[in-house]
Amino acid sequence: MTIQVKLPTVLRPFADGRERVEVEPSADATVGSVFATLERQHPALRRRLTDDQGTLRRHVNVFLGDDNIRDLDGLDTKLPDGAELLVLPSVAGG
Amino acid sequence: MSEAVLLIGTKKGLWIGRSDAGREHWTLDGPHFEMQGVYSVGVDTRGDRPRLFAGGTSEHWGPAVFHSDDLGRSWDEPPEGSIGFPADAGASLERVWQIQPAPADQPGVVYAGAQPSSLWRSTDGGVTFELVRGLWDHPHRKDWGEGFGGQAIHTVLPHPTDPDRMSVAMSTGGVYQTEDGGRTWRPANHGIKAYFLPDPDPEFGQCVHKLAAHPDAPDRLYAQNHHGVYRSDDGGAIWKSIADGLPSDFGFPIVVHPHEPDTVYVFPLIADGNRIPTDAQCRVFRSRDAGATWEPLTKGLPDVPSYAPVLRDALCVDAGSPAGVYVGTRDGCVYASADAGDTWTEVARHLPDVLTIRAAVLS
Repeated sequence: MTIQVKLPTVLRPFADGRERVEVEPSADATVGSVFATLERQHPALRRRLTDDQGTLRRHVNVFLGDDNIRDLDGLDTKLPDGAELLVLPSVAGG
Repeated sequence: MSEAVLLIGTKKGLWIGRSDAGREHWTLDGPHFEMQGVYSVGVDTRGDRPRLFAGGTSEHWGPAVFHSDDLGRSWDEPPEGSIGFPADAGASLERVWQIQPAPADQPGVVYAGAQPSSLWRSTDGGVTFELVRGLWDHPHRKDWGEGFGGQAIHTVLPHPTDPDRMSVAMSTGGVYQTEDGGRTWRPANHGIKAYFLPDPDPEFGQCVHKLAAHPDAPDRLYAQNHHGVYRSDDGGAIWKSIADGLPSDFGFPIVVHPHEPDTVYVFPLIADGNRIPTDAQCRVFRSRDAGATWEPLTKGLPDVPSYAPVLRDALCVDAGSPAGVYVGTRDGCVYASADAGDTWTEVARHLPDVLTIRAAVLS
């Protein structure tokens, strides 16, 4: 099973400069298990998506297709093989 | 040739000032860490070459601590991060407010103070830190409050000669001290008022804004509080007001001259409810008698009306001779004095809010 994670420009330095990171989580892939795999592959990237307790950072948005995972099942959102997650910063801050 | 470095942490990045040892003419480069609030900076001059620190917080991507061994030309951090709460702590790092190298006889030891209120200790020169559990597990922690800026340990004062002793300050919560290397901690706020609590003389819960001490007088501590400027002459057992002679007892920073334990600097603001400089003037106040009398320092500071506060870590000294003094304002100006505050020059203007500054003369 392979999941793609597409990154905004600002996060690519934490993934060897790549726009897409390929992740192979366990058979029952969820957003959370993808992030757990990222922890091993790209810890500096994972830290910027989730906090010390594994919670998605407040101003980080992760989309599955057109859906924000917060509107699905959050980190428990199940992912089909070949799914692509799009990471985008929210419009926030001054 | 010796040189001087000045780190300016702002709401939107870090600027680095460089000068020769005379510290009269500065060049700035930046911003580094664009869009990150740089709430803590540090200069570790103990090793063969100086190491710079920057603690940044991205509103999107969270906090991180970076270090540089080439005076800020490049920055590094471990992939797993420098500071992170273990799973059983049930907390996540929000911000690093203080990075403090230990005294010279403890090479490699660096402390950090963070939000939520936590103390961290590094033994690898500030690359990775471990949580000081003795303070994190303190029974008072659930009762530590939260100030306007968040709940954080913002001052870490290692004892200059005894590695087992240390003072930290947190907002809110007050001053806490250890005498056994961080295993146990007790509050040290006797005499400090907390007018905002039902009991104005609580054991803890005071809102200390900053602590300062001089290595030659380790039992003398100075504190700028949320309404109150204090001194302790017995290592923090009892505090007494030294605010007489100041135009206000409210303010954020307090620092001690690097060579004169009786010389101390503050930047008064009118009041809690009116946080602008007293008399609308950008003035640092200096005492040369441990707080008995105070004088405003004005020469070279702006003589136009000024409404910009100075935050708790935006006043600092270097260890040069004569001493350098630096102040950064919330309207993005930085002023430097190369003669202990007698005269000042403008180093920067129109930067974002200045959150923290640190300076060092390097040999």
